Amino acid sequence: MRFAVIQFGGSNCDRDAQYVLSSICGVDTDLVWYKDRLSRQYDAVILPGGFSYGDYLRAGAIAARTPIMQDVIAHARSGRLVLGICNGAQILAETGLVPGVFSINTYPKFICKSVHLRVETTQSPFTSQYRQADVIRIPIAHKEGRYVAPPEVLRDLNEQCRIAFRFCDPAGVSTPESNPNGAMEHVTGVLNPAGNVLAMMPHPERASEPALGSEDGKKVFLSMITYIERAKGVTS
Amino acid sequence: MMFRATITIGLKEGMLDPEATAIRHALGNLGFATEDLHTKKLFIVRFDAADLQEAEESAKAMCERLLANPVIHRYEIEVRQ
Repeated sequence: MRFAVIQFGGSNCDRDAQYVLSSICGVDTDLVWYKDRLSRQYDAVILPGGFSYGDYLRAGAIAARTPIMQDVIAHARSGRLVLGICNGAQILAETGLVPGVFSINTYPKFICKSVHLRVETTQSPFTSQYRQADVIRIPIAHKEGRYVAPPEVLRDLNEQCRIAFRFCDPAGVSTPESNPNGAMEHVTGVLNPAGNVLAMMPHPERASEPALGSEDGKKVFLSMITYIERAKGVTS
Repeated sequence: MMFRATITIGLKEGMLDPEATAIRHALGNLGFATEDLHTKKLFIVRFDAADLQEAEESAKAMCERLLANPVIHRYEIEVRQ
C-alpha cells in the first residue's frame, strides 16, 4: 500500500500529512512535487492544505489547472481514493471532482481553531471507522471555506449520503453559532458521486496524536487504509 | 489580429459577498452612507485571433474554464480589436 501527498508551490501541510500517514499510521507515503506528475500507481492521493499559488484568483483555482491534476482525475476515475484537505478541498472543488465551491467565509477573516464536526455517514471509505453521528474535534484553518452549492446539488448530496461532515456544537447539534464560516447547511466534507473522493476543510492530520490534543482525525486515515486493505483482499 | 478583451467577473444575484459587506462597513466608519456595494474583478487580456467571433469565443472559454467559477460567478466580456 502506498500513498502520495502532492506538493504544490505554497502547500504547507504536506509534511504533516506524510508524517501522520507514515509515522503514526505506518503507511509508505511519498511526497510528490507537482511538476513530477504521478509517475506510478498509488492507492490513495492526498491534496494537502496550504496556499497553493498564493490563493491567486480563487483558492485552489490555479493548482486545479496544473497537469498533475489530470493524473489525479484519472486516479479518481479508476476508483482509487483521493482526499483533499483544506486547500486540497478547494482544489478538488475547482477541478469539479466534487460539486460546489469553498468560498470566502461569511465573516471574512482567517479562522484557525478547533471545531466540532458530526460524522454524517459511515458508508464512505473515509469514515468507516467512526460511528454514525459521532461528534469529533478537529481544527480548521482557512479564510475561504464556506461551502456553497446550488439547491439541487445540496439535495443530491443529502439524498445520496454524500455529506461526510457537518459543523456542530459539542452536543452534536448544528446551529448558526457552531458554523464558523457560514457554510450552507453546515457542510464541511463532501464526497463525489462514487464516494472515492472526499473534500474536507478541517485538518484531520492536525488531530491525529494525543500530544496535539485530539486524535479524532486519525480515523479518516485509518478508514482509508482499511478500505484499501479490504479492496486488496478481495482482488488478491 | 490582436484583440483586447475586457472581462468583468462578479457574483451571481443573491450570492453572499462578505468582502463587499466589510468594505461597506469601513465606508460607514468614514461617514459614507451607502445603499449597496458590490465587488467585481476586471481582467484585461490581449491575444491573437482570426476574427472578432473567434476572439469572443476564446474570451468566453477563458471565463468558463478558469477566470470564473460558474457555481457563484457571472461575467461580462467586451472584445475590441
